[in-house]
Amino acid sequence: MQLTIKTFGITSEIMSGKNVTMELAGTTVADLRKALSAKYPSLDKLNSLFIAVNRAYAEDATTLKETDEIALIPPVSGG
Amino acid sequence: MIKLTDKPIDVSKVIEAAKHPTAGGLNVFIGTVRDFHKQKNKRVVRLEFEAYEPMAITEIQKIAAVAIDRWDIKAWAISHSLAKLNVGEVAVVIAVSTAHRKASFEACQFIIDQLKEKVPIWKKEIFEDGEEWVSAHP
Repeated sequence: MQLTIKTFGITSEIMSGKNVTMELAGTTVADLRKALSAKYPSLDKLNSLFIAVNRAYAEDATTLKETDEIALIPPVSGG
Repeated sequence: MIKLTDKPIDVSKVIEAAKHPTAGGLNVFIGTVRDFHKQKNKRVVRLEFEAYEPMAITEIQKIAAVAIDRWDIKAWAISHSLAKLNVGEVAVVIAVSTAHRKASFEACQFIIDQLKEKVPIWKKEIFEDGEEWVSAHP
């Protein structure tokens, strides 16, 4: 399936865009992590990387749909 | 009240929004822009913020809900800047009212600690010789 991924902070720089489309062979957040890692190895160097689905932190087992709002959450630093 | 804003934060308005007649203590945390990054030994010129706004608001609501329940908060207000800020300017204000002072201190600390850990807001430090997203790398 084809996913559009919102990026923030340093992930926008690593992936060269704010909304990045990606073809995913698998169906879960864990599959997406593997695909991202393969395509953008610099993501592995971050302190942490969470994936949000529909504006909430998602577990690796979460199943994705093309219509989901998917976002990458690199280490947050508000305050 | 939750407000993410690219305008200067009016601290008095945040405090006003957190007042309540049943409260005997109103605690306020104000986060400001520090001029120096100690670990990097670099002078900070300014900060820039970015947020995943709808999720940031949802996450702040979740944190507030836990705090309201745990400390019996009477009223609260949180405002976070999304502007470019110079040294000394206000990045975040958290105001919490409770019946007695101890709970207001604890609740305020809990909220800022949780905000820094969970809310999708990112800070970029601009140095004299470069820039860096805070905490991104080890």
